[in-house]
Amino acid sequence: MEWETVIGLEIHTQLATQSKIFSGASTAYGAEPNTQACAVDLGLPGVLPVLNQEAVRMAVIFGMAIEAHIAPYSVFARKNYFYPDLPKGYQISQMELPIVGIGHLDIEIDGITKRIGVTRAHLEEDAGKSLHENFLGLTGIDLNRAGTPLLEIVSEPDMRSAKEAVAYMRKLHELVRYLGICDGNMQEGSFRCDANVSVRPKGQTEFGTRAEIKNINSFKFVEKAINHEVERQIELIENGGRVIQETRLYDSVKDETRPMRSKEEANDYRYFPDPDLLPVIIDEDFKSQIKAALPELPQAKKERFKTAYSLDEENATLLTASRQLADYFEAVLKVSGCEAKLCANWITGDLSAALNKAGLEITDSPVSDERLAGLLARISDNTISGKIAKQVFETLWQSTSSADEIIAEKGLKQITDTGAIEAIIDKIIANNQDQVDQYRSGKDKVFAFFVGQVMKEMQGKANPAEVNKMLKTKLAP
Amino acid sequence: MHTKTLTELAQGLRSGKFSSLELTHAFLARIKQHQYLNAYITVTEEQALQSAKAADQRLASGNAELLTGIPIAQKDIFCTLDVKTTCGSKMLDNFTAPYNATVVEKFNQAGAVMLGKLNMDEFAMGSSNETSYYGAVKNPWNINTVPGGSSGGSAAAVAARLTVCATGTDTGGSIRQPAALCGITGLKPTYGRVSRYGMIAYASSLDQGGPMTQNAADAAIMLQTMAGFDEKDSTSVDLPVPDYRAGLNNSLAGLKIGLPKEFFGDGLNNDMAATLEIAINEYKKLGAEVKEISMPNLKLAIPAYYVIAPAECSANLSRFDGVRYGYRCKNPVDLADLYTRSRGEAFGKEVKRRILMGTYALSTGYYDAYYLKAQKIRRLISEDFKKALADVDVIMGPVTPTTAFGIGEKMDDPIEMYLSDIYTIAINLAGLPAISIPAGFIRDMPVGLQIIGNYFAEDRLLNVAHQYQKVTNWHHHTPKGFE
Repeated sequence: MEWETVIGLEIHTQLATQSKIFSGASTAYGAEPNTQACAVDLGLPGVLPVLNQEAVRMAVIFGMAIEAHIAPYSVFARKNYFYPDLPKGYQISQMELPIVGIGHLDIEIDGITKRIGVTRAHLEEDAGKSLHENFLGLTGIDLNRAGTPLLEIVSEPDMRSAKEAVAYMRKLHELVRYLGICDGNMQEGSFRCDANVSVRPKGQTEFGTRAEIKNINSFKFVEKAINHEVERQIELIENGGRVIQETRLYDSVKDETRPMRSKEEANDYRYFPDPDLLPVIIDEDFKSQIKAALPELPQAKKERFKTAYSLDEENATLLTASRQLADYFEAVLKVSGCEAKLCANWITGDLSAALNKAGLEITDSPVSDERLAGLLARISDNTISGKIAKQVFETLWQSTSSADEIIAEKGLKQITDTGAIEAIIDKIIANNQDQVDQYRSGKDKVFAFFVGQVMKEMQGKANPAEVNKMLKTKLAP
Repeated sequence: MHTKTLTELAQGLRSGKFSSLELTHAFLARIKQHQYLNAYITVTEEQALQSAKAADQRLASGNAELLTGIPIAQKDIFCTLDVKTTCGSKMLDNFTAPYNATVVEKFNQAGAVMLGKLNMDEFAMGSSNETSYYGAVKNPWNINTVPGGSSGGSAAAVAARLTVCATGTDTGGSIRQPAALCGITGLKPTYGRVSRYGMIAYASSLDQGGPMTQNAADAAIMLQTMAGFDEKDSTSVDLPVPDYRAGLNNSLAGLKIGLPKEFFGDGLNNDMAATLEIAINEYKKLGAEVKEISMPNLKLAIPAYYVIAPAECSANLSRFDGVRYGYRCKNPVDLADLYTRSRGEAFGKEVKRRILMGTYALSTGYYDAYYLKAQKIRRLISEDFKKALADVDVIMGPVTPTTAFGIGEKMDDPIEMYLSDIYTIAINLAGLPAISIPAGFIRDMPVGLQIIGNYFAEDRLLNVAHQYQKVTNWHHHTPKGFE
């Protein structure tokens, strides 16, 4: 039988606010345990939550970016369950009336665009962490993370393969970073995913019974976890078994999913509106303010790069992968006044390679947009050749000098004096009669030999176009 | 000194008749002398004497406020920095908050002298003060009867003159009912008027702190300090606080009083009805007009309340889990054991009953039938009041069905106990302000009159109460042995 996979994702994005969603404590990652938890985060008696407006703003930004319905009236609810890292015994979340309603996100798979529905996105607070190591059989509780704002983004069950799920997750990851609402750091848990996976015989309209795989924190693991789960379900059904609705945990070491709890054991969360918080009212004014300040979205930026700068698909995609990279490109373009293609090739080529090698992000690049622009301007005005430029770039990377300073210091200025070039060419033609004969008898490949010789003689400083032109004339039979 | 009102004492302190230190010593001595009333859970003697000295300096320097140097006591539901806050429960017997409730902070800023923390029903759940882990409080009018609850310690302490004034909290009548049973004045402000920050939550959408005093003029002074927007409490309302004393002497000529027939019907006993009739006649003499009104949904208040309040409390009390603070059972074997025994051993019967009721009402399959239905009733009751208050200025009625009942009398019958709040609960559901003032005696036990006003009309309520207290002397009565 042929099977079809059905996947829906719930993605928890930590919003990049300075303080927590209901208290003034810092959200910075990595502090000593329990040093960033105030009375409200600890759930002490008598304390009350106060909503962080910045979290609301970020949720609305996200909603607008996926063209979703923004609820004019949304409500926080208490989700009740006992756990040691949940200080109040309930999590403040949103249930019936989430802040962001139905929207969508387009993904591309093998050149084909597919629209994935977003059911909703709601604000909630994160819980703390239970630490099971190093406590002599006891459990340690770190409440630094308790109260960190989360936007839980729930997709429709619109994905049909692990590959699509990863594409959606990457797209969302790119978007939230673009919008500046999440740092996207998956190691630190800023972007986490739960996957709802089911299978059904191809052609069947109703969904199969789904299993929820919890807390998958990398793109690689999402793909593996889903594929594994799909295999497990198909095997189960084909052997006459039945998938039960349950929550499963993905073990990346063993590459398997295993049950956490079944539907029967699932908590009854007893949601009800939190009486400590007022409903969130979002008016048209607030929305238009946010709309005006909304950054250009990745898709729109990519299209603009293709049309306004005549970039090809590959370069446009690479350059718009992050807002910072796109900004860098446009800055280089503006400062250098060079052709867009030249700028794009250098950024996606030499610069990206160097950054990758050093494990750096564009924002940490040792070569600023201004310094790269200085280099490209010299290529453009023929002061140096592309080859020399690579040398200059290496020095740019290691020093703080400008391209002009490096060119001057090392005497790398290109020779465009035709007299000087001509003299060298004449000398080389005279000394290599064999090669001249070969070329003249039709062996075009030998041409490169002459170019190489001239460049070698002139230490790479000759203008290649000039050399080509002159050689062609001189070698003509 | 102890028989004097807050207003009189504030004048005495200014004129130098006595110092705050003398006043504080006098009250501390009375607290010791009448310990058997069990009104206080904690007496903060040392701290009080220090604050009194500081208050005397402030009075001498001339930048004192009305409350500077005035002895006050806090219901033990308000968190106090460095002084334990028990909420009347074994669960918090070892708990000291690292912060002051906003209300406490405001009294501290005003220079009031805190004498201690007052007994109360456990987590404010009770109408007799008998659910307290620290034992029942005795009503100073008859020590075999209850003072009411949950602010029973506050009411008894003010009535017995073991403090000048006290704070209380009112979720379903917890200020007004004990005020009535102890013959003092108690005001429940509009929901949102007084910050709830640092006030341990019972039912968050209903809880409201307020003053408990000898008379309305004193309540005006206390409320002036307590009221106001607090950025730490999202449900506190950002409206200007009027001068509550400014309108106390306004005339009541033309005041329209509504008397709901549901309050004065068959359920009310003859003695109570007769006492209230006399009180209302006083108002007529003051120029008020009386009108019968009807609020058909009032009868649904108790069932609605006993869904909403337990539902909220079931979540509010989840934080008491033995993990971070409060009571922890001995030698838990695992997490479930830690939870069940810590909570099982530290919560009293009534608290457990309400947590269970609330948990049930919120459960899948019951939520619509109970919680949502109760919220609808709540809206209907609010609408009834809105309609009524469009026609009349204030609504009057009884506070309690009877005078104080005997200790132990209703403890085995929760329904009977719940019915003792039948006249007060609807006001909390609507979020309105209401005041209870002494209005006579039945067989030597005090009776309260309840006056309900429109949203944020505390100034009007205080005015209406004060005018009555100018022509009556019920509020001057002191129980025997406490004169």
